[in-house]
Amino acid sequence: MNAFLAQLLNGLDKGGAYALIALGLTLVFGTLGVVNFAHGALFMLGCFCAVVFRFLLTIETVTIDPEILSPWGAPVEVRTPLVQNWLGDWGAFLVDYSVPISVLFAVPVMLVIGIAMERGLIKHFYKRSHAEQILVTFGIAIVLQEVVKSFFGANPMPQPIPSDLRGAADVGAWLGMEANQLTYPMWRLVYLLFSLGVIGAVFAFMRFTTFGMVVRAGMADRETVGVLGIDIDRRFTIVFGLAAVVAGVAGAMYTPLLAPNYHIGMDFLVLSFVVVVVGGMGSLPGAVVAGFLLGILQSFASMNEVTSIFPGIDQIIIYLVAIVILLVRPRGLMGRSGVMES
Amino acid sequence: MFSFTRKQFTMLAVFAAIVLTMPIWLSPLGAAYPGLMQKFVIYAIFAIGFNILFGLTGYLSFGHAAFLGVGSYTAVWSFKLLSMDMIPALFFAVIFAGIFALFIGYFSLRRSGIYFSILTLAFAQMSYSLAYSVLTPITNGETGLLIARDDPRAIDTMLGLGQTTSGMPMPSLIGVELGGYGGFYICALVLIACFFVSQKIFASSFGMALRGIKSNQTRMMYTGFNTKPYLLAAFVISGMFAGLAGGLLAVTDPIAGAERMKWTESGNLVLMTILGGVGTLIGPVVGAWLIKYFENIFSAINTNVLNSFFDFLPDGLQEVMVTIMSKFVGEGWHLTLGLMFVVIVVFLPGGLVEGTERLMRRLRRTGKASDDPAGRVTSGRTVNE
Repeated sequence: MNAFLAQLLNGLDKGGAYALIALGLTLVFGTLGVVNFAHGALFMLGCFCAVVFRFLLTIETVTIDPEILSPWGAPVEVRTPLVQNWLGDWGAFLVDYSVPISVLFAVPVMLVIGIAMERGLIKHFYKRSHAEQILVTFGIAIVLQEVVKSFFGANPMPQPIPSDLRGAADVGAWLGMEANQLTYPMWRLVYLLFSLGVIGAVFAFMRFTTFGMVVRAGMADRETVGVLGIDIDRRFTIVFGLAAVVAGVAGAMYTPLLAPNYHIGMDFLVLSFVVVVVGGMGSLPGAVVAGFLLGILQSFASMNEVTSIFPGIDQIIIYLVAIVILLVRPRGLMGRSGVMES
Repeated sequence: MFSFTRKQFTMLAVFAAIVLTMPIWLSPLGAAYPGLMQKFVIYAIFAIGFNILFGLTGYLSFGHAAFLGVGSYTAVWSFKLLSMDMIPALFFAVIFAGIFALFIGYFSLRRSGIYFSILTLAFAQMSYSLAYSVLTPITNGETGLLIARDDPRAIDTMLGLGQTTSGMPMPSLIGVELGGYGGFYICALVLIACFFVSQKIFASSFGMALRGIKSNQTRMMYTGFNTKPYLLAAFVISGMFAGLAGGLLAVTDPIAGAERMKWTESGNLVLMTILGGVGTLIGPVVGAWLIKYFENIFSAINTNVLNSFFDFLPDGLQEVMVTIMSKFVGEGWHLTLGLMFVVIVVFLPGGLVEGTERLMRRLRRTGKASDDPAGRVTSGRTVNE
């Protein structure tokens, strides 16, 4: 039972990441009708927002302190981040919590990148075929990836977890079990809650604001909304920016779990497409449900009991599910019938 | 089968001449060494095969690298178990890749559009992951499958062609070892044969049917045409071309690794085809050559080369130019590739072939003044037919 719960939790945080990426993909597909292969690259840019933010925070001054001597008699170099010099303890706190705070940094950056991308290039591809959309966004993905590589190199750049959140959470005790029966890394729990929060925010935004209502109306029937005198293109541009933000913050928060390198986006891209397809093209709830479902499924498939029966199943389970879903029920779990079916 | 119009024959002859004289015209470009030319030729075969599927039917497969990988593995196994001769290796590489393509195509072709792309992608990623994990006894995992001196090689032993030299055995063709230029010329002959086959397919009623499916599948079906077998045949043929290319890769360098099956490799293949011109005969070949050329030449340029290149500029400017340009060459040549690719898709969806054609038309028009009849469109996609 404990092993079961542990795997369930393991799957949930990975599922959170899948769900967030798939949510952005679906938003873009549902509104603009564009198949965005650059979405993984946006996730990667989000990761590097965290890296850059931490880099900016930790610009240091090196002073040589003649008072303190190292064991072999040389003066010690004292490195203090500038932020700490200026702000004291509060600066130290900033450095420690750089990853969660970088989310605030990532939001405007990703919004600008997303809108620039849509206005600059993607808007010319609404009328072109899906194949051409795939190709151009694939090209953008390569470019973004290589730009990042030329600045940060090819090595993964691990980001630290804030020291308060480094431990393990005693989830078992919260559920009424004995202490230390079921523990779980704190940061993964934070990530899960964070992803649920973002998903909730996106849904609330789409559901309860006028902007969201217009966008939903535009998803259903773009022409009519346009005829009613609403500049739907502008709204959709903002939606693209929003999707970029969702991918970006998902990436920024994921950095402590998986050290980002320049091709982390490509690794997630294929998986998130599978998630979108399983959930149903164009269905937001479908993307979220499928994200968590596939995350959990993947973590169960990697249990020893399962891999001893089907060796290697953990590597391919997601693709297998996608193939079966596509062949049996191409609209996915929650897709509307007729969307992209043929 | 061998009936040939004069135009087709000229085209094949010119193509053969270009391919066979590669060592001559590539030497001023600094690319005339056999290893690189073999790559040119092999990837051209790969792209020609892909073009038969994507160019004619419009079905965008993102899983062709898997067939290349299967071809490579099969060829190396044939080297290990049967003979160092390349004929059985290529034969089995093509057959196995074809069977594999039949299997994947049978399922994937039940869907079209982006669903087809994702299905092929999922199948290919699955084979890639399996090649790294469970299938390690067959694929030798991350190390890659290598030949060894004491492999059984049943046919060679039977014929008494035991190992004579002390080094590693080399792939051969009827007893002649293939290294350097020998290997290149063999690959070049195979490429010319492949080009011929693709020419025939483009001109055949089969090719016509595939084009009909591309422009309007529903209408094809309404005319009482069962499109599925045609699509499957195109898929299997292009898979076999990929297998052949994989086999040749193993012939020129007897090692097979799973990284050849990664989906970004399929992406590169798509880039090659698009860059040259989808649906044209010569386009994919040109695209493959250009990309492989840039890969080798651009990635070899370093700051020293750049410094000497921008030597004529004043010092400060030279430094700035070198700093900027160094992002685009060497390690960063993929950036150039990506930019080139975006530009091509945006401005020249027909690829370089269409671009050249437009240029030629404009030149001709300026030459002939304005008596050219307007609206005489020769689209890049239907040239060479």
